[in-house]
Amino acid sequence: MTEALADVARLTAAETAAAIARGELSAVEATQAALDRIAKVDEAVNAFLHVDTDGALAAAAAVDASRAAGEPLGPLAGVPLALKDVLVARGMPTTCGSRILHGWYPPYDATVTTRLREAGIVIVGKANMDEFAMGSSTENSAYGPTRNPWDLNRIPGGSSGGSAAAVAAFETPLAVGTDTGGSIRQPAAVCGLVGVKPTYGGVSRYGLVAFSSSLDQAGPMARTVLDAALLHAAIGGHDPRDSTSVEVPVPPVVEAAQRRDVRGMRVGVVRELSGDGYEPGVAARFDEAVAVLAELGAEVVEVSCPHFDYALPAYYLIAPSECSSNLARFDAMRYGLRVGDDGDAGAEQVMSRTRDAGFGPEVKRRIMIGTYALSAGYYDAYYGQAQKVRTLISRDFAAAFEQVDVLVSPTSPTVAFPLGSKVDDPIAMYLNDLCTIPANLAGLPAMSVPAGLSEGLPVGFQIMAPAFADDRLYLVGGALEAALDARRGYPLLAAAPGL
Amino acid sequence: MSTSTPSAPSVVAPASYEDAIARYEPVIGLETHVELGTASKMFCGCATTFGAPPNTQVCPTCLGLPGSLPVINEAAVRFTVMIGLALNCEIASWCRFARKNYFYPDMPKNFQISQYDEPLCTNGWLAVEVDGEVHRVGITRVHLEEDTGKSLHVGGTGRIHGATHSLVDYNRAGIPLVEIVTEPDIRSPELARAYVDELRALCRALAVSDVRMEQGSLRCDANVSLRPRTAPGEPPAPFGTRTETKNLNSLRSVERAIRYEITRQAALLDAGERITQETRHFDENTGRTASGRSKEEATDYRYFPEPDLAPLALSREYVEAVRASLPELPSQRRARLIAEHGFSSKDLADMNNAGVLDLVEQTIAAGAPAAAARKWWLNELARRAADATVTPAELPIQPVQVARIVELVAEGTLTDALARKVIDGVLAGEGGPDEVVAARNLAVVTDDSALSAAVDAAIAAAPDIADKVRGGKINAVGPLVGAVMKAMKGQADAAAVRALLLERLGAG
Repeated sequence: MTEALADVARLTAAETAAAIARGELSAVEATQAALDRIAKVDEAVNAFLHVDTDGALAAAAAVDASRAAGEPLGPLAGVPLALKDVLVARGMPTTCGSRILHGWYPPYDATVTTRLREAGIVIVGKANMDEFAMGSSTENSAYGPTRNPWDLNRIPGGSSGGSAAAVAAFETPLAVGTDTGGSIRQPAAVCGLVGVKPTYGGVSRYGLVAFSSSLDQAGPMARTVLDAALLHAAIGGHDPRDSTSVEVPVPPVVEAAQRRDVRGMRVGVVRELSGDGYEPGVAARFDEAVAVLAELGAEVVEVSCPHFDYALPAYYLIAPSECSSNLARFDAMRYGLRVGDDGDAGAEQVMSRTRDAGFGPEVKRRIMIGTYALSAGYYDAYYGQAQKVRTLISRDFAAAFEQVDVLVSPTSPTVAFPLGSKVDDPIAMYLNDLCTIPANLAGLPAMSVPAGLSEGLPVGFQIMAPAFADDRLYLVGGALEAALDARRGYPLLAAAPGL
Repeated sequence: MSTSTPSAPSVVAPASYEDAIARYEPVIGLETHVELGTASKMFCGCATTFGAPPNTQVCPTCLGLPGSLPVINEAAVRFTVMIGLALNCEIASWCRFARKNYFYPDMPKNFQISQYDEPLCTNGWLAVEVDGEVHRVGITRVHLEEDTGKSLHVGGTGRIHGATHSLVDYNRAGIPLVEIVTEPDIRSPELARAYVDELRALCRALAVSDVRMEQGSLRCDANVSLRPRTAPGEPPAPFGTRTETKNLNSLRSVERAIRYEITRQAALLDAGERITQETRHFDENTGRTASGRSKEEATDYRYFPEPDLAPLALSREYVEAVRASLPELPSQRRARLIAEHGFSSKDLADMNNAGVLDLVEQTIAAGAPAAAARKWWLNELARRAADATVTPAELPIQPVQVARIVELVAEGTLTDALARKVIDGVLAGEGGPDEVVAARNLAVVTDDSALSAAVDAAIAAAPDIADKVRGGKINAVGPLVGAVMKAMKGQADAAAVRALLLERLGAG
């Protein structure tokens, strides 16, 4: 039985759902397999901040009951999932990886959570993350770092490192992450997964604890392009509770993942996202993947996006500015941590003491930067200027998409780096997001798909598409995945250590 | 005193407000907050009922819980556009909300969603009349924002200083609030008061707010500065340093606080001192303003466009549809009432102040002449309402019933005195005017035999007086009239009685 369940944990989401639909596997068995795997490996990986054993088994039992009653099941019904701890779900605490929210149980479900539940997807727990999604290594979690299943001494990427590690360690077939500057794609890349940041406005932000409202977007993380597409379709679509959600249908991502055809597509290699700053192994895998796409019938050209050079500084003004305002609500007055309420302290002192004790150094750094950037007299020079850069980057994309259907680049300049190697160097840490940030600034969809290994560690290949052309990511990503798997003879993750 | 040197500057406090305004011209601008009367809050679906138990009208969004998001209330936007159009403003075809960042326990998100450099309405004016003179007060902007919660400081005096702890009620958090800012066009406390009064009438006519100042649904901040008056023909002096007196919550407070500020600032200027730019608070008990926080140490609000909301883009069609839906505005109504019914401005002001203008109009619509409708409501019924401590509209008498009473008086069935008794009956719930007349037997008696008998009896009872009248002293007839009226229990027309007596006594 244990042997069989271990195999269940290694099934893809599509395979799991199909087995449940055929009656070969129950949702409860699939969920129990995930829970057992978590019990076995998560002490080492630390992907989960909270495991909701009872809630998960109850949700799975409900799926089994529905099937028994002959009710139609969704394409992912009964599949276990790890939910990044930045999305609220009733019945489970939400911490955002921060001490300041320790013990807070949200009284409502995020729209993403509601859609997962409606799809019969089983939320087994809340995944670890950099505090308030600020970081690229998950080392900024107040609850200890998550480790990369490929090498437990290395980072799993961030900020959705817990989500990535859970999927890569075969704890759950699926995870939801959020991506503000690369926080889905970079961890997917360094953990050997598929991760997608949908078009801004494509997935509701209601119930996603905001880091940077104009950049944040939830999206799927999975082991295959098809699994990612199925999850994307389940959580996407317009939500009247989110004013920035756009009233268009979810692009045909599942169909694209199944068709996975790049013949006749024009693929643009972004000149500004290549060159010196990339590890040789990363550059080599990228070049190989581009060659594969050409072999598959895509037309590859080089395009220039000159303003991408300013993306990183613009991002590190806009995101901290919005965060300085978004995180103001954590003040000990209504929920979460309260420090220093000794009977004599006034509200302002309690707020100040709580925020001092409750936020970690990276969060404080960004609040300080953002507060400064929004100050009277500096607004135009910093926030205003950054918004102009943002417009220029959008124009670069628009011009590029006149010539090509998708743009491609490495996802991250490096493979997973050792834990602790960059924590004291914020600039080095920020450079991880060099390739991923432009898509956030322009609100465009982007995917990271595995491109192979460099020195035994996964390398990610990034694909970017025009707004609401998310399906193109799946056409290209699916084709690349199939070709590379065929060439290798097995999926990349099969090469991951057994733990 | 005797040791004071002649060269020392004499500190002379102005004797009075009158003295202050004789030498200084006040420059006043008002910021008025109006809570909109929408059914739900600005950015969520919570109810807005006043006086509900604390924290019962809240949800994740208006509590600012992590992950919650705002959605704009269309009715609030429409109400704001109505106000903007009624104030002759330009309506922005595209504008954004902005975050105003500051920490305060009654602000759930520690930022307020407001508007900053892109308000919904700009550049309008409101005509305000004081003592028959019409002033046009410029409107700088009208913008939309959300209200904060309400802090209750427990222990001590109820103010934050000395309190043992504080409670916060978030029912008010997120209620839509419109801020209306004037140009510094106002030159007297009376005009300031009249402006607020007119604005209140405007909002009431638009039905966008219940504008109850005592409940805080309309509150006013007054910016006041002084400058020396200059001789006619000379250019005006530049504006002086201003103070902002916050949260004036009655018309009287608006006028009193500004008068106090004018007097206070004049005394400082006379003494050669400088006015500190600051926020001040008005104490209704003492009638004085006191310094709040200084503007120099004011918070930097770090405004930036609200990223959780899409920009508001109102089409020309939308704005024109709102314009077409506007009801008659108070100024238009006044012009019409003057033209149609011959009322004077003072009549209208009196009726408005007494809260009977609508009732008078409805009584006229029911057929009563304008003067009579005004007379009965303004004199008799307003007094009755005051006695019963209700508003005239709350009296249990309908305008159509008042019109019927007016009609009965006009046709001679009732005298004014009898009409008052009919009103007694209607207010006592005895039915409509005709029913009360019948039930109480109040109609003027036209039965000649009864009247004739009463006249004979009165003459017989006072032969001395009768002789005087017969002798030509016609004015002596008064007591006889009184006696007849008494005998008739008032149900006779006094003029007719008088004529009958004189005829009988051969003095007609």
